[in-house]
Amino acid sequence: MSDDRPAGEANSRYDQARYIENGEYEPLLSEKDLTRVEIDGGVGDGGDESDGDGDDSPLPDDLTRDTLELPELSEPELARHYTRLSQMIYGIDSGPYPLGSCTMKYNPKFTEDVAALPSAAVHPDRSEGSVQGTLELLYRLQDYLGRIGGMDAVTLQPPAGAAGEFVGIRVAAAYHEHNGEGHRDEVIVPESAHGTNFASAALGGYDVVSLPSDDEGRVDLEALEAALSEDTAALMLTNPNTLGLFERDIEEIAEMVHDVGGLLYYDGANLNALLGRARPGDMGFDVMHYNVHKTFATPHGGGGPGAGPVGVVDDLAPFLPAPRVRERGEESTSGDSIYERFEPEHTIGKVHGFDGNWLVLVKAFAYIARLGDEGLSDASASAVLNANYLAEQVEYDVPYGPFHHEFVASAGEQDAADVAKRMLDYGVHPPTTKWPEIVPEALMTEPTEVESKDTLDRLAAAFNAVAGEDDVALEDAPERTTARRIDQTSAARTPRLSWQALSE
Amino acid sequence: MHGSHATGSPYAPHTEEDRTAMLEAVGADTVEDLFDIPADVRFEGSFDIDARTERETRRLVRSVLGRNDDLTELLGRGHYGYYVPSLVDHLADRSEFLTSYTQYQPEISQGFLQALFEYQSLLVELTGLAVANCSMYDAATALGEAATLADRVRDTTGHRVLVPERLREERRSTLENYVAGTDLAVETYPVDDGNVDLGALEASVDEEVVMLYAENPTVRGTIEEHLEAVGDLAAANDTLFVLGSDPIALSVLQRPVDVGADVVVGDASVLGLPTSYGMGLGLFATREDYLRQVPGRLVGASEDATDRRAFTLTLQTREQHIRRERATSNICTNQAWVALRTAMHAAVLGPSGMVDLAERDVRRARDLAARLDDIVGVKAPVHDRHHLREFVARVDQPATAVAEDLERRGFAVHVVGDHEIQVCVAGVSDDRIDRFAEAVEEVAR
Repeated sequence: MSDDRPAGEANSRYDQARYIENGEYEPLLSEKDLTRVEIDGGVGDGGDESDGDGDDSPLPDDLTRDTLELPELSEPELARHYTRLSQMIYGIDSGPYPLGSCTMKYNPKFTEDVAALPSAAVHPDRSEGSVQGTLELLYRLQDYLGRIGGMDAVTLQPPAGAAGEFVGIRVAAAYHEHNGEGHRDEVIVPESAHGTNFASAALGGYDVVSLPSDDEGRVDLEALEAALSEDTAALMLTNPNTLGLFERDIEEIAEMVHDVGGLLYYDGANLNALLGRARPGDMGFDVMHYNVHKTFATPHGGGGPGAGPVGVVDDLAPFLPAPRVRERGEESTSGDSIYERFEPEHTIGKVHGFDGNWLVLVKAFAYIARLGDEGLSDASASAVLNANYLAEQVEYDVPYGPFHHEFVASAGEQDAADVAKRMLDYGVHPPTTKWPEIVPEALMTEPTEVESKDTLDRLAAAFNAVAGEDDVALEDAPERTTARRIDQTSAARTPRLSWQALSE
Repeated sequence: MHGSHATGSPYAPHTEEDRTAMLEAVGADTVEDLFDIPADVRFEGSFDIDARTERETRRLVRSVLGRNDDLTELLGRGHYGYYVPSLVDHLADRSEFLTSYTQYQPEISQGFLQALFEYQSLLVELTGLAVANCSMYDAATALGEAATLADRVRDTTGHRVLVPERLREERRSTLENYVAGTDLAVETYPVDDGNVDLGALEASVDEEVVMLYAENPTVRGTIEEHLEAVGDLAAANDTLFVLGSDPIALSVLQRPVDVGADVVVGDASVLGLPTSYGMGLGLFATREDYLRQVPGRLVGASEDATDRRAFTLTLQTREQHIRRERATSNICTNQAWVALRTAMHAAVLGPSGMVDLAERDVRRARDLAARLDDIVGVKAPVHDRHHLREFVARVDQPATAVAEDLERRGFAVHVVGDHEIQVCVAGVSDDRIDRFAEAVEEVAR
């Protein structure tokens, strides 16, 4: 899109996918061919149908259901169905996706191939001796992450960032309990923090103390002083915070928290901005999670899976989930290190049925190994440059600054949600809207390091075109997408959550 | 023309000219000037991680993972390696599916929303319950979420959560972590010959029990025969009945709604994922009564401005990004792409394919147990029950020695007791099963 292209004549990225014949969308599978299978002919106890032709169930009637009714389609029909659905989706491979705090960046394709290696497909209950490759990869990723975060010990078990937060909270609780400080029942969270911080602390049984920001968008030290007490278990902090601002007083913050016996938790969602420039461990953080699907580029898959490894300083290592992986200190006949699982001394136990989202961990390992020091450092440099450049080009008011990898613009008199809908007409994904609430009508924007200057100029043009439009254009948007504006209210008021509910 | 990326991120596209122009626009001399980090906390060191070419990186991962032995896995206990049709890989790997995020802008996410709506519908059919979310992490965390749901919806004063004494320790431990922030206490009830010990359970359940959990099939591979009685017991005590299962089992076994289940949890990745070191997909379905207390994301049908049917995330006021510490769950990133794969795999099989797959495994497990039982030094199955796809066998030799001997012959089995191994036929071809039976004959005497 160029600056001079008028609104409404944006690109036709979605048009190809808008309708199939008769102006309808891709039908549900259930609308194509629903088949009811009778599950009958139960043999009863003692019966033997093992040589049967499959017509009769090998199970007695009283232990089986009567019917199963699901779509039955041919493989070509399914190939077309899912291809059609994929054409009605915008992904990072479709265009820029500056969704603030979600770090939607391009994902290299080769990581998919290494995760699909047959040797990666092993059962979690295999003997240690037979999965040395898997254990070595886990060990090496633990080690990489420890170095990158400045942490002494890492667990790879949490299957997402929020799960990592929960593990951090549980580890903090176990640490305090172990030290006879189990009375600490408060976790402090800045108002600008990700909603998951509040929810994870509450899930861990803590009272959440909300912390206001100061006039510059950072932690208000006086408010922090007032919030800290003998009851403080931890402060959960994102640095740079969700406004894209580095908490410059981090050393003082760490000292204040540690002085009352609390722990400092680092929310790794924004680590993309710091690689090679600063490490949470060096800033005084005791425990952190890594969103490897954000920082180290694993595809987000329509909302998951991710992985949320947790790193801690030495004092907290004995409380990490079990098992972790370590070198056994001997070598195999071929000279390779031998790896083993082990249970930390005061472990909180398990937070996942097995060992987390393995395939995501393989991709993260490959990504880090590909980029190395220089690549990781350059990723942050480009992400920060992109955010500052785009913030400069956008005609909306952008308070605070200077920015790290994201910034929050204000739509001012316009409704930020409407602005987002209108941006869809310009063929780009809009930013996160209406959050953080510190900025009115927030447009939280994170271009990431993978967007070129040209793309950023296009994005800025989309922002600026919408900034000049009146309410009517905004309220009618989007006009050029697969679906027009969707009625959220009726979806919530009359929930229809399955095709069974649609046919009622 | 882009410059060489010999020392930078190969995925950051700036040329030197771009950088210069952009720095000029923001009024900085160097990129480092943009980092607003106090000198005291600046990192001046190195990670000591060498950069590699794509080809070298592939070789590295291949060589590390190449240390894994190539074994035929007769392993189950909650994680199964069924064959996943190629169609699933090819379609799920389409980059629009793979590289999109949570559907916060439904107008450009209709395809994924519809696929998740279809996934929810699959679970509604399998469980008979009206509401299914579009994914938790795995069976263990879904069980934890069920307990916190029970804590919210039960207005009794009780604090007891009852689980079978034979439950994977990992599930039990995960559950303990999930309830650590509540007043709930996890207790166990006895099992008898691989099924619920109904008499003992009856003696244990009272109105202090807020949640009663059972599994079908059980961790020992048996099909639970007392589910209706368990459901009645739960109903009589106003206790939330949570049933653990999976989509293949649910295609043939008693419908959860018919036995009184209030919540169904389990691992749905039995369809859609190959063996992947325990990576899973948490299934979560419940009654309509608890709709507004359901954890996780929900996709609903609605209309767009032209009155055409359209899909959208709904009831988001339950979620952490809106409700913060009062949310029904802290889950944000979920397993959406795995749910897509599961829905695709189920669609490839169709209803008759799913039933056939389950029934075929019932027969194959039974046949294998009978074959092993004929071997001197082996009794199989240990439990005189119906089995879905796995069973426990008693071996006269120490089980660890038997398992090690089998591993040397290329087969992996579980050791579940001093003289007990567990064997699963899911995803194992018939000729491998033949060879496995021969191997057992060689090692079990």
